Amino acid sequence: MSFAPGTTAWFARHESRLAWRDWLSMMTAGRRDRLPRVVFAIVVFAVFMHFVAYWMVGGYANAVMDSSMLTTITACILLSWLLMISQAMESMTRAFYSRSDLDLILASPVAADKLFAVRIATIAIAMAVMAAPIAAPFIDVLVARGGWRWLGAYGLIVAMGATATALAVGLTVALFRLIGPKRTRLVAQVVAAVVGAAFVIGLQVAAILSYGTISRLAVLQSRIVLAKAPALDSVLWWPARAAFGDGVPLVGVIALSLALLGLAIMMVAPRFGEYALVAAGTGHSSSNGFHRQAPFRPLSQRSALRRKEWMLLRRDPWLVSQTLMQMLYLIPPAVLLWHSFDDGSGAYALLVPVLVMAAGQLAGGLAWLAISGEDAPDLVATAPIPPSFILRAKVEAVLGVIAIVFAPLMAVLAFVSPWHALVASVGIIVATMSATSIQLWFRGQAKRSQFRRRQVSSRVATFAEAFASIGWAATAAVAAMSLVLAIAPALMALLVVAGARYMAPRGSHA
Amino acid sequence: MLAENFALEICGLRKSFDRPAVDGLDLKVRQGEFYALLGPNGAGKTTTLRMIAGLLRPDAGTIRVGGTDALAEPAAAKQIMAWISDEPMIYDKLTPREYLEFVAGLWGIAPTVAEARAQELLSWLDLAPHAGERCEGFSKGMRQKVALAGALVHEPRVIILDEPLTGLDAGSARQVKSVLRERVNAGGTIVMTTHILEVAERMADRIGVIAHGRLIAEGTLEELRIAADKGAAGGPSRGASLEDTFLALVAEQAQAA
Repeated sequence: MSFAPGTTAWFARHESRLAWRDWLSMMTAGRRDRLPRVVFAIVVFAVFMHFVAYWMVGGYANAVMDSSMLTTITACILLSWLLMISQAMESMTRAFYSRSDLDLILASPVAADKLFAVRIATIAIAMAVMAAPIAAPFIDVLVARGGWRWLGAYGLIVAMGATATALAVGLTVALFRLIGPKRTRLVAQVVAAVVGAAFVIGLQVAAILSYGTISRLAVLQSRIVLAKAPALDSVLWWPARAAFGDGVPLVGVIALSLALLGLAIMMVAPRFGEYALVAAGTGHSSSNGFHRQAPFRPLSQRSALRRKEWMLLRRDPWLVSQTLMQMLYLIPPAVLLWHSFDDGSGAYALLVPVLVMAAGQLAGGLAWLAISGEDAPDLVATAPIPPSFILRAKVEAVLGVIAIVFAPLMAVLAFVSPWHALVASVGIIVATMSATSIQLWFRGQAKRSQFRRRQVSSRVATFAEAFASIGWAATAAVAAMSLVLAIAPALMALLVVAGARYMAPRGSHA
Repeated sequence: MLAENFALEICGLRKSFDRPAVDGLDLKVRQGEFYALLGPNGAGKTTTLRMIAGLLRPDAGTIRVGGTDALAEPAAAKQIMAWISDEPMIYDKLTPREYLEFVAGLWGIAPTVAEARAQELLSWLDLAPHAGERCEGFSKGMRQKVALAGALVHEPRVIILDEPLTGLDAGSARQVKSVLRERVNAGGTIVMTTHILEVAERMADRIGVIAHGRLIAEGTLEELRIAADKGAAGGPSRGASLEDTFLALVAEQAQAA
């Protein structure tokens, strides 16, 4: 293989070096001395996940390939595949719109289509590599208990990454041509978010409407679905059969997926530069210069800050799509609430932890944006306002959004079950305050565009935020049944929050 | 009473990171004066300005802005001050008009007053046709002009600028310089760092040269030439440019160090 400058192999080496350094920097937060700790954490996590996998799928290693099993596996594959498409669309949009090294490459005399071919292939590899660590413990357990044939599942992951990328490339380019580069950015990001969540939510909504439960398996294992399932020798089962290590379907699925990816690369890579150049010309966006300009409003310093936060959030389609992911998961509980409105069933108890968890997660993201993701830190810092005043206004902005999102749900819940509404409301407030406090203690200075990477800037904050939300969700779930029993999970959640405060950088305790 | 004659008074200012960045700096800038702070890279110029603007806490020393102790009463000092850096930090998703409304809100300016000032500034800086467009597509020059408008909307008495002309085209740079000159003519005080020595030479009433965190020379261009002449052999001759004078002063300081 020739690594001469300008060849595909040379570009591949360049891209892999960048990807490796990017990943390393992301994992170690830019500090190489943290690498041993990161490796240790990965090993511990992998061992833990193998135990979880053993508990979850250990019993299925020698399962028979009947309709029920194939349906469940196909659904799992479809879910993962949709998530991969969502991620691949995200990556494609970024490849088109973020300039980074595009100017350098397009201005150079090399044939850029080779690089773009490598870049599309890199997305496919990244999709497979991202999925592999999550799937690996499950596959390993199945291999250990069911035999080598389960290794076919790794091949399926490669195939899924390739097809997801091919489809994402096709979708993004189609959007680009249909609605133009300016709108594609927003639409592609929103589509990516919706695609990622649609399948899970669809199954949950179907389960709620049919069986009054939030479980996805209820629909998949229902008689109606199994009766309409295709025959066992149908090509539709090939992905599931490939996961089982069935030779012909495995080879077929991999060959077809690689062919699809190759086709996508052949069709798009030569025009990639052209698309990127068109995308670069979409800088001026959303002019409202022709609209009547509203007069300046009398605003207090605090309300000026709050209004700015809300305006920025509302106008950023990328951030909206990221938060939309979290919001979409509120649809099933909302449907459950609506479905159970009349019958007074115990379904409300299911709602409480879901709402509390969603509030904690949403508040964490919003708090990061408001507190750490300040694009004009110097401006705000040089304003004649005490720093505590600024932080208070930003926290109020977060609480305002949470109130707007959850108040309608609470109002409906209060109408049908005041007790559950009270527990959920308290849980939402506490989870929101915890997540916001954690972001406050671990606040840093970053651009809003770095939102995706907020998790890697402080892993302690990320884990604390997640575990606190889980803790408060558990507390609310138990409290809905017994206040006394809720003390234990509440203490655990408090411990997580206290631990986060203890580990927060000194001087940040606001 | 003496402090009130100065828009800015710095005494014994120190700040260390891995090594001293500002090392016992003393500086006084009169009201209505255009003061240029020059120095080689890493001399401590930006650190000094960031401490004045309240963006960094000094290790030691005092800063008085318009007679107010900026360390003891930061809000009062910030009320009469504005800060502009070389990298204009504005919100991409806001329009220039909305940005100015936000800044006016932060400084507590009455909406009617702020709106009139905003209109005036937007026209003055040729931003009026773009007042309703979001800033995300603006060029560096336009962004810097939006930042400048934001800095002026609350009519600060002291304006602190860190390399405000970096990356601007000739037209934008001229506009910014003209606005700054107007502010000084109106009684405002400007403290600015720049690497464009021609700007300092033409615009500044007084120039300070900083190296290794200390003020090594200060005065008008002529006074600096004299100071450089008195220094090491090979100093600039009479009528030498600021560039020659500056390089001679820095070289002299390097030799002394």
